[in-house]
This record gives sequence, C-alpha cells and structure tokens, in this order.
Amino acid sequence: MDQEERKQSCGCCGGPVAEETCKPAAELSSIHTTTSTITRTDRWDHFLARWRYKRNDHRVEPGLYALGDPTPDSPVFVTANYTLSFDALRSALAGVDGYILVLNTYGINVWCAAGKGAFGTDELVSRIEATGLGEVVSHRRLILPQLGATGVAAHEVKKRSGFKVEYGPVRAADLPEYLKTHRVTPEMRRVRFPLRDRVVLIPVELVGVLLPMLLAAVVLFLIVGPLAAVGAVTAVLAGVVLFPILLPWLPTRQFSTKGFILGGLVALPFALGALLGKPDGALWLRIVEALAYLLGLSPVTAFLALNFTGASTFTSKSGVRREMFAYIPVMAWTFGAGIVLTVVFRLARLLG
Amino acid sequence: MAAEIIRTNVNTLEYDPALCINCGMCVAVCPHAVFASNGRAVQLVRADACMECGACQQNCPTGAIAVDSGVGCAAAMIYAALTGKKEPTCGPDPEGCSSSSCCG
Repeated sequence: MDQEERKQSCGCCGGPVAEETCKPAAELSSIHTTTSTITRTDRWDHFLARWRYKRNDHRVEPGLYALGDPTPDSPVFVTANYTLSFDALRSALAGVDGYILVLNTYGINVWCAAGKGAFGTDELVSRIEATGLGEVVSHRRLILPQLGATGVAAHEVKKRSGFKVEYGPVRAADLPEYLKTHRVTPEMRRVRFPLRDRVVLIPVELVGVLLPMLLAAVVLFLIVGPLAAVGAVTAVLAGVVLFPILLPWLPTRQFSTKGFILGGLVALPFALGALLGKPDGALWLRIVEALAYLLGLSPVTAFLALNFTGASTFTSKSGVRREMFAYIPVMAWTFGAGIVLTVVFRLARLLG
Repeated sequence: MAAEIIRTNVNTLEYDPALCINCGMCVAVCPHAVFASNGRAVQLVRADACMECGACQQNCPTGAIAVDSGVGCAAAMIYAALTGKKEPTCGPDPEGCSSSSCCG
C-alpha cells in the first residue's frame, strides 16, 4: 500500500530518527536507518506513552531499517511499530549490525498486537514483500520476539515467504546473550511480572480512573462529608497504585479476593475511626457508619484489582471469566449495601 | 498406543500427544513453560499455568494443540458485554479496548 507513500515521505523518515537526513531514494531504496541511541526526545516520548498521552501516536513508520552497518549476511529482527517496542529492540542491539523489520501494528506493542493478529503471519509476509527483504539479505532467517508467536505461525511464514522464523527471547534485553549462541534458555522464555514491570503500569491505571475518582470524591464530599471523600480516593488509589505493587504478596490467588483483602485493609482505619472516634454518638449509628466504610470501599478496590487482570502477564480468558461470574455479583451487592448504609447513616444524622 | 487428548478443568488447552512430532515449537513459544520435551515427545508439564495466549496452537505444525485463545482481561470482557461485541479483544482496534491497562 505505502511503497509510494514512503518514497514521498522521504525526508521525515518518521519516528525516532527524524533528524536523519534522507539519502536519495535510488541509493537506499526503501531502507530507513536507525541507531541504538535513545535520545532525550525518545525518553520523553516513552514517558508520555506511559501516561497514555496521545496513546495512538507513539508510532514508528513500518518498513525496513538498517542498524549500524549491515551486510547481506546480517541478522533481521522483527518488531512492532510502537516506539517503546522499537526502542527496546534497537537499544538492546548496541554494537550489532543488522536489519530491523518493523510491522504495522497500529502503534501497539508486540504481545497485544499478536493477540489480535496485527503482529501476524499476513502482515509479516506482506511486509517482507513490500520491503524487498529477499533482495536485501542473502539468508532466509528472521528473529522474532517470542511473544509475537501468538499471532505468527512460523511454518506458514516459511511456506509463504521462504523465511524461517526463529523465536528469540521474550525480552529484547536478552538478545545480546541470545545472539552468541542462538539458543534461548528456559529463563529467557518465561514471562515474569516483576515489581519494575508492575510499577510502570501505575500511571496508565491512574489516568484511567482519575476523572471518575474526582467526581465521586466531590459528590461524597457534598453529600456525606470530607472523610467519605478521602475514603473513596483511598479505595481507588489502593486499587490502581497499591494493588499493582503488592500483587504477589497479597494472599489468595484470584485478583478479586486479593482486591477485597486490600480494600478491606485500607477501609479499616476509616471504619475504626467511625466506631471509636465519636464515643458520645449512638452505638448503632457508629456501627452503621463503620460498616458503610467497609462495605462501600472494599468492592471499589476489588473491582479495580479485577480490571488489572488485563495488564498482568499470566491470567487466562477462562480464569478471568470464572472470576467475573463469581465475584462481580459479590462486588455489586457489597457496594450496594455500603451505599444503603451510607444513606441510613446520613438520614439518621440529619433527623437526629 | 491408545493416546488420549489431554485437557484440564481450569482452562481450554487440549493436547493430543498422538499427533506430536517433537518439533519443540510449543516449548519455544510458551511464556509459562507449560510444555517440555522428554526427547521423544512433548509433555504437558504445567497445564494449569496456561494463560490461553494461543501461541502454541498457532505454531504447532501438526495441529496437536487446541486452545480457545483470548485476552484474560476483565475490562475487555466487561466492555464486550456492555457493547454487545462477541469477542473481547485487546489490540489495534481502538474500539476493542476499553481498558487503560490491557494494551500497554
């Protein structure tokens, strides 16, 4: 589709190599050039992507890129046209001469795009043809990120393009080690979900809930009081900030139950404050207020925890579906009970 | 050898050892070490850890593996249920993903 377009857009070269001057089309055909250097502009782009700012705009132009000074024997690496993916790959390949084949995944990372098939057999085969890769390199081998396998059938690619797909490690950072032996160790094949990987997701989670959280806080502030507003903010922040951090250490296996436990813990100070803070109030009213905090806040955290399944690296469709059927009703009932108790408490205070 | 299709009750992964040619592709693509080869054939060693990503099925040249693959993402499923979409997905289709988290 874009052979023509690409020639015309010469001079911009898209993505992180915008400062590169463009060589005459005849000399380089349609091969872009790139480096392993991550500039300050790249880092700023990564930062914005992490905060979901202009989420669809973190793209690299799809096509073939020369890294370093490649020859026809140099390896070919395949990646997505998301800046975070492309930059992770090229920065991991410092000192390596090779080609990078960037597929059009619409600015989505390798694994997610592979799940949908955009990082897939069809796109790979047509990108090989569109870039004339077969004439650029003399061998017929491609190194793909392992997580691309969800969308790519290696034997199909071989049949349709003649290129043999080699699945490299999950993480680009392991590529230098892999390139020495072309063997992927069992550890390189495993997807983990370490603290670092969980923490970088917090900004995106936070941006997603910011507006509803502030709205709820304002409404609660006006109708119930400042403490209830603080309670709501606490429950939401527990779900999107504390939960990703504490995930492996929270007891039980399912995200919903982990979320209920965390939500209950952060609601506890509010409940205890209501129960013990006003010794001259009627006991039943203090109990109602305390229960309102516990029942109203914990399902909010639990629901946000359940939603974090999509960001995690190990939950399955079957498992999440089972969990949703089991726990969303519980969340709804608990939350509803919390609202009713809040109304009772508020009315009693108004009337009494 | 009367081999049977192996499946678990926690996910949709199904494996038919009779069709296995021990090419090792499933072992290579699985992110959770669900498969391991004993040198002659591949075994299901951690079936419960399967996240149904579908990479093994996609890359098995003999069709020995079947899995109903999809996203283990509650937000995407809720969105699909609310909008009447049949298959919750994550990815390039901007409408397909309601969640802030599932598309990184």
